[in-house]
Amino acid sequence: MSDDMVTFNVDGNEVSAPAGKLVIEACEDAGVYIPRFCHHERMNPVGMCRMCIVEVDTGRGPALQPSCMLTVSDGMIVDTQSDVTKKAQDGVLEFLLVNHPLDCPVCDKGGECPLQDQTMAYGPGESRFVEEKRHYEKPIPVNDNVYLDRERCILCDRCTRFADEVVGDPLIHFMDRGNQTQVNTFPDEPFASYFSGNVVQICPVGALTAKPYRFKARPWDLAEVDSTYPNAMGDRINVQSSRDQVLRFQGVDSDAVNWGWLADKERFSFEALQSDNRIGSPLMRGGGLNKADADGDELVAASWSQALGSAAKAIADTTPDKVGFVGGARLSNEAQYAWTKLAKGLVGTDNVDAQLGDELPPHALLGLPRATVAEACQPGGVIVLIGCDPKETLGTLYIRLRHAVVEDGAKLIEITPTDTGLTNVASASLRARPGEAGTVARALLAETVSGHIGGVDEDALATARDLLGSGPVTVVLGRGSLSESVDSVLEAADAFLDVDGVRFLQAIGRGNTMGALDMGMSPGLLPGRTSLAAGQDAFSDLWPQLPNSDGMNTAAMLEAGAAGNLDVLVLLGADPINDALDPAVAAKALATVPTVIAVDLFVNDSVSKAHVVFPAAAFTESSGSHTNLEGRITAIRQKVTPPGTARSDLVIAAELARRLGHDLGLETPSDVWEELGPRSAVHGDVSSAAIEADVDGVLITATGRVAFAPPDQAVSREPVNAYALRLVTARRMFDNGTMVQQSPHLAGFAGQASLRVNPYDFNRVGVADGEEVRVSAPKGSVNVAARVDPGVPKGIVVLDYNRSGADARVLLDPGATSIDIRLESKGGKA
Amino acid sequence: MSIPKITTARWDVEDGHTLAGYERTGGYSALKKALEMTPAEVHEEVKTASLLGRGGAGFPAGVKWGFCPPGVWPRYLVVNGDESEPGTYKDRIMLERDPHQLIEGCLLACYALGLSQCFLYVRGEMAHGQERVAAALNEAYEAGYVGKNILGTEVSVDVVLHWGAGAYIVGEETALIESLEGNRGMPRLKPPFFPAAIGLYGKPTIVNNVETLSNIPWIINNGGQAFADIGEAPSTGTRVFAVSGHVNNPGVFEVEFGTTTFRDLIMGEEYGGGIRNGGSLKAFIPGGASAPWFFEEHLDLPLEKGTVDRAGSMLGSGAIVVMDQTTDIVKACHNVVRFFSRESCGKCSPCREGTSWLEKILQRIIDGNGRRADLALLMDVCDNISPGIAWPPKQTTICPLGPSAVSPIASVIERFADEFDAYLGEPSTEQAVEVR
Ligand SMILES: Cc1cc2nc3c(=O)[nH]c(=O)nc-3n(C[C@H](O)[C@H](O)[C@H](O)COP(=O)(O)O)c2cc1C
Ligand code: SF4
Ligand code: SF4
Ligand code: FES
Repeated sequence: MSDDMVTFNVDGNEVSAPAGKLVIEACEDAGVYIPRFCHHERMNPVGMCRMCIVEVDTGRGPALQPSCMLTVSDGMIVDTQSDVTKKAQDGVLEFLLVNHPLDCPVCDKGGECPLQDQTMAYGPGESRFVEEKRHYEKPIPVNDNVYLDRERCILCDRCTRFADEVVGDPLIHFMDRGNQTQVNTFPDEPFASYFSGNVVQICPVGALTAKPYRFKARPWDLAEVDSTYPNAMGDRINVQSSRDQVLRFQGVDSDAVNWGWLADKERFSFEALQSDNRIGSPLMRGGGLNKADADGDELVAASWSQALGSAAKAIADTTPDKVGFVGGARLSNEAQYAWTKLAKGLVGTDNVDAQLGDELPPHALLGLPRATVAEACQPGGVIVLIGCDPKETLGTLYIRLRHAVVEDGAKLIEITPTDTGLTNVASASLRARPGEAGTVARALLAETVSGHIGGVDEDALATARDLLGSGPVTVVLGRGSLSESVDSVLEAADAFLDVDGVRFLQAIGRGNTMGALDMGMSPGLLPGRTSLAAGQDAFSDLWPQLPNSDGMNTAAMLEAGAAGNLDVLVLLGADPINDALDPAVAAKALATVPTVIAVDLFVNDSVSKAHVVFPAAAFTESSGSHTNLEGRITAIRQKVTPPGTARSDLVIAAELARRLGHDLGLETPSDVWEELGPRSAVHGDVSSAAIEADVDGVLITATGRVAFAPPDQAVSREPVNAYALRLVTARRMFDNGTMVQQSPHLAGFAGQASLRVNPYDFNRVGVADGEEVRVSAPKGSVNVAARVDPGVPKGIVVLDYNRSGADARVLLDPGATSIDIRLESKGGKA
Repeated sequence: MSIPKITTARWDVEDGHTLAGYERTGGYSALKKALEMTPAEVHEEVKTASLLGRGGAGFPAGVKWGFCPPGVWPRYLVVNGDESEPGTYKDRIMLERDPHQLIEGCLLACYALGLSQCFLYVRGEMAHGQERVAAALNEAYEAGYVGKNILGTEVSVDVVLHWGAGAYIVGEETALIESLEGNRGMPRLKPPFFPAAIGLYGKPTIVNNVETLSNIPWIINNGGQAFADIGEAPSTGTRVFAVSGHVNNPGVFEVEFGTTTFRDLIMGEEYGGGIRNGGSLKAFIPGGASAPWFFEEHLDLPLEKGTVDRAGSMLGSGAIVVMDQTTDIVKACHNVVRFFSRESCGKCSPCREGTSWLEKILQRIIDGNGRRADLALLMDVCDNISPGIAWPPKQTTICPLGPSAVSPIASVIERFADEFDAYLGEPSTEQAVEVR
């Protein structure tokens, strides 16, 4: 037995456990479950509820000890069944019940309530408490989605600890004392946390309930399945439904990924999938199922046969180079493979791009040595956060990174233009001016530098440099702001490649982008992280029409479409009008391309311009798998049936192929892995069975043949114009994205776009907080409400991206290193 | 041998609380003397004195000072001036009448331990005491006794005054630390959070009571042995007791520790002066509201820690509350239980729910709605807070406050069964509530 194991005795049995393990967990591993309420394996123990109290003898005779606060030691004797233990536990249970309202029949938690379960298992049959119980106003909202019933609360400190320790939003707290102790928010300050729904999941009683689920179902009516939320983290979820309706997502504790947590954006988005706005049948422009539609110009219901026929004809009638496929990050790995095979192998076009040009390019996602989340978060490691704010875009990654810093001694160095959600736990925050992240990274890694570099002074650089040597370095790399050239973060990545053993974790925004690239959904790529040229041999037998030169990316396809050079544009869950960097070109392309085919869940602005629309099944409605930002493949499992006649993306690809006269050869997800495994340099070990087998899925660690391409030359630094302000665009957790907007309990959080300005610059403009200002850049201008924000450095302004009221894209210039703007009060000039 | 006044000597000096008055009566001489000694020698004197903590638990200060894990810095000294146990009011007067003595004690402790940061936590309601300490601190800083390079030496100590917000529980040392850190005053669990190991800001922290530290200047001036020669080991030196309740002369008295008896203190002319109105003693609380009660037969016990512990109670915070024959025992018991129920911090279930349940049952009995089975129920609820209802108490709670509510009930429920009976009425045939 190794040194760090100890042997102890529980209820007469000798067992061994790792030293330092809590008695409550070591006993559970040994098959002895000790009842508990406050203990939660992902939070620091507090020993408050006293339910887990057991007799423990460490050589000085048996004594009652809370097993959640005590670590196992050699020779320890734990008695979970002694009379003393039982009496103490019964006593605690009775104490928890004396003031409990026992309104289980009308409580959401009834049926899945630890307090109820404990009471049924061990509790007294009758109450000895004849006094009047404690009364509070029945549920009070702590925010828009979470209700608190203080009568039911057993004050276990889980929700309050979660808010404070796990997510750093200490907005719910204990108040008053003694028997009047209660959880509450501060007056007029709601529990405004992106993660508030987690407290509902971890509350051991029905004190916290979620508005989107309240009174919708009883736990015993719910059927459930473990699955993956197809966001970039690939959060593991439990999908729960009743009568073929998804009613709840709960986080699943996966060591590798989300530890059971979810951001509200994911948790409450099940509503979008149940929305009446889902497309339930194919749509066509005029001439649908109803004869009366024939001359119309509206999208109307059509039969699958009509829609498939029309789409296939359009593709067959033109040449492959005039067909383009945009989008695909929403799809499962298997559907991505199917569509790529259809496009590249059967139609014969390389105009396929799952990305919209607003994230890191494929070579930066595939060509850098990759870290897992666990590696990035290792105790004592150094995390360098470049160019993104995980709290806004990757909720559970934020939680993991924060934990690494706060609990495990990791050091965080930020190279970002403004404060992020992690700034208050960062060891060093280097506020690189937009466009100068690369310069700052190089200066940080240089032996010495003097003066100001990219907005950062030498002392700050020196402090950060001292931290670098303290542990293995992981760079969390993202493209947070679209108003600076991506070259600046790529230059920073390139600089860090010189650091010994460095690894990268790419903060991707769109769900299954990693899967899409692995499946070759990008110009010049084939499945298995290989290039069109290098992969020809492996695929040519089954992909007869493989193109031999690289196709267009999204921007080029839209340009070509707008210029009348594209005949068919297939939108795979993409909405270029709202998401492409140049909205004008996107709109023109959609108006110009003769046949636009869309595969989607909703009729978004772009889909509404399509000629043929196929209704797709969502991730709760079809099975497959998902690849997260680590390259981890986990299972997506169907729970309910799709609306109307909607079909899975894979089946739609296969049907379209059939209409084009081909057999795609793929009917089920496992067909994909059987075909791909032997042909891919990196997917050899992947099979549907392997993905199913492990909650942590299959991690692809092999690197492919796509090399990282550093920017040709150092990014030119634009001189700082003393009169101008440099623009940063920022993605926020809640925006105009479809899933948020289609979820009634989330949509309202998106709000209006605002411009955040440092107090000093703000005063120069001379407007009131919240007043509208005019933002002018060389390419265009917008009006937007301005807000004072001390977290924004002087000389910089931050404009929300993809929120209503101001479209940041009109200011963008994809070629520019950085964008300077002028601010004017609308009343006059600044 | 006549017993010197060690901590209350200046209470009769009109300006004893000012620097001038303090210096005139020998103040800060111990500090000057100590600065000529090594820190280890100062620590050794305190060990020799066998000075027991005066805050409640009675742990020897010199031993506690040795508990900090080696090599972990910074460390802090925290002075517990939160005195709020009913009947206890010795620290308050010490803060008001002789703040410099406490400050000097802190400086000596810091010097002995090599610390440079001391926090003086004073109960929120003690406005006068706070003002006196604040004024004294200002004088001491001004005169170079506190702050950087004390009296021109390399020794620097800062003393920070912190006002509590009014909660009895922050007298418990780990709750006090939480409060000092700016958190809600709720105790931490020991283990692992023994302050000497993991205290303020997670660093080793020595917490001592106001009176404990006020003894140190005398010990350094006169030597630890001289202190140890007074009293009855291990209860050495003198101790200050607050006598209240039904006596002719309530007040705070410094007496020899270990030898003086309860009878001396309650009945003695120069102290409590006997039961009021020539009445008789019914019961007394020997060491603050948390202590099990004593009666007539305990009067001749000496005020000695070991003796009192063995007799089933404690000297605790040095508060002696006397009840005469007119006392309604059930109401008195309810009164003490209500205090703990209201002061429970609410952190752990047995105390939060149990103490208020006990209070409600007693209230119901007093209101005439008691059932005979309530007596067994009271004891069983007590047992679920403090298993075995033994002394020293075991606890299902985090801190000793919960079990404190058990003390009065366990003390009187059998001895004064007739008084409970009087409230309950005749024994009836009503069904007994099952006691598990
Ligand atoms: C509920 C509770 C209340 C307490 N209140 C006080 C107090 O008001 N003053 C005090 O000095 N110690 C109080 N104590 C004791 C302290 O926890 C601690 O033991 C003491 O301050 C240590 O100082 P000493 O060793 O000098 O006695 C209390 C303990 C408990 C459990
Ligand atoms: S609301 Fe729920 S999670 Fe929060 S303290 Fe109460 S019982 Fe615990
Ligand atoms: S015993 Fe009472 S005062 Fe002590 S921690 Fe528990 S609830 Fe708080
Ligand atoms: S689970 Fe251990 S005290 Fe609550």
